[in-house]
Amino acid sequence: MHSTDELRDLYRELILDHAKSPRHFGKIDNVTHSAEGINPLCGDKLKLYLRLDDDRIEDASFEGSGCAISIASASLMTDTVIGKRVSEALRFFDAVRRQLTLNHTAGARTDEVDLGKIHALEGVREFPARVKCATLAWHALGSALQRKSTPVSTE
Amino acid sequence: MTQPQKTPDASNLIANCRADFPALDQEINGYPLVYLDSAASAQPPRSVIDAIAHYQAHDHANVHRGVHTLSHRATEAYEGARDRLRAFINAANRSEVVLTSGTTESINLVAQSYCRPRLGPNDQILITHLEHHSNIVPWQLVCEQTGGELVVAPIDERGQVDLGEFDRLLGERVRLVAISHVSNALGTINPVKDMIATAKVRGVPVLVDGAQAIPHLAIDVQDLGCDFYAFSGHKMFGPTGVGVLYGRESLLEAMPPYQGGGDMILEVSFAGTTYNDLPYKFEAGTPNISGVVGLGAAVDYLEAIGMDNVAAHEQELLEYMVGRLEALDGIRLIGTASCKASVQSFMLGDIHPHDVGTILDHQGIAIRTGHHCAMPVMDFYAISGTARASLALYNNAHDVDRLVEALNKAKQIFT
Repeated sequence: MHSTDELRDLYRELILDHAKSPRHFGKIDNVTHSAEGINPLCGDKLKLYLRLDDDRIEDASFEGSGCAISIASASLMTDTVIGKRVSEALRFFDAVRRQLTLNHTAGARTDEVDLGKIHALEGVREFPARVKCATLAWHALGSALQRKSTPVSTE
Repeated sequence: MTQPQKTPDASNLIANCRADFPALDQEINGYPLVYLDSAASAQPPRSVIDAIAHYQAHDHANVHRGVHTLSHRATEAYEGARDRLRAFINAANRSEVVLTSGTTESINLVAQSYCRPRLGPNDQILITHLEHHSNIVPWQLVCEQTGGELVVAPIDERGQVDLGEFDRLLGERVRLVAISHVSNALGTINPVKDMIATAKVRGVPVLVDGAQAIPHLAIDVQDLGCDFYAFSGHKMFGPTGVGVLYGRESLLEAMPPYQGGGDMILEVSFAGTTYNDLPYKFEAGTPNISGVVGLGAAVDYLEAIGMDNVAAHEQELLEYMVGRLEALDGIRLIGTASCKASVQSFMLGDIHPHDVGTILDHQGIAIRTGHHCAMPVMDFYAISGTARASLALYNNAHDVDRLVEALNKAKQIFT
């Protein structure tokens, strides 16, 4: 059973803030890597842009439309990976995925990575139907870094 | 269109029918369930569940091919359901009632078996902008295969087909018209009888996608004058995986089989095969027997209540729901046709439909959110999706009140 607290936990202040005023929204200059993320369940789409300098993510941004969770997640994701090395960014991706899909007792080993603000997404875990919304931007990040040419889908 | 009138005892029948649907009697997230997603899939009454269970427990065997008692019983149950379906839509002949896996298969059958052999590079299929993907993509496929062209009649801001444009687009090159009876995303009831009459004058056959009409309106395929009418069991309180293609006998006769296999043949040799008679020619393989039995029970259920009573109840409730929704600050109703089934799409301020859906589910209310498999309709309104509340015979004013209460809560969270 969901309590009202769980709903407040999903739609935290930080999430609502990033959903209403997404950071890094738009297209940056001199994009070196990009990917499109599609959630066929709801038709949400976002496009992720990266500018890499060697293996460091110099800048990142996104465009698109989506629910509060997917927009906030994309906003937090870009905020987090700017300035990080590719390997570090991928570690974050892995940690987020584990945080959202594994239960506490299964030992979601997210402690190796300090999730910082991304921690705000943990409320999504109690809403399995919304996990895809929260991971969409991260899948796009993985796809962009691997230079996949087809749009990444959450299915 | 005349408004359906309730019979004198209808109010009681409808008010008491909710208890017939076991799935409605449960709590979701600590609240009594309010099910407003019947347009996606309607809940089955106890009688449908029991009919399927009884068949599985007592009568199951393969149909049309055994001399033993169970096979005979299974065949009787299966063919008996076909007879009830024929009467339910007033088809002239039982051979015109092809049992399929649902609306999607019914439409694909017509696309591949009727259109594909007939369509040439200069030919057109005419649809409307309101269609569900299942009444778009099968035609796109057949156009790709034949070089034909798909033509789309536009809609207006209220979600109604522009009949002037429909008339204009129905030109000499059109070989088939395929239109929804009721729009799944917007609830618009298309004036299909008039549209069919327009096509008839020009000698163009018409397929009607009736998936969303069958649970709401009394359907008479002869009165409509359509050539094909497709619908699904699970939208009309029956099981999933079963549906109907009604087809005019002369057209079905002239069509080649859609799939090959058992039951659709009279005689097979390596030199050639003689196909079975209608409707079996289009029913290859062992069918979904228990599903058809369940669908037959759903027909019985709806006939006991009376489709005019269902329609009258839903119209009252739709009016109430639209009134209450309109009174909400910041709501935008999507789909405001003058003639509508009990379906309402909407946007709540700038809250994404997906978030509305989660917050409502949290309060025990099931609605559909997203593009409703009608992306072109969403593109028309320049949105990615809507929240959609759909009402069925088992819903009541209290359900609508709970919806409005829950929407107010969503607004609070997002302010």
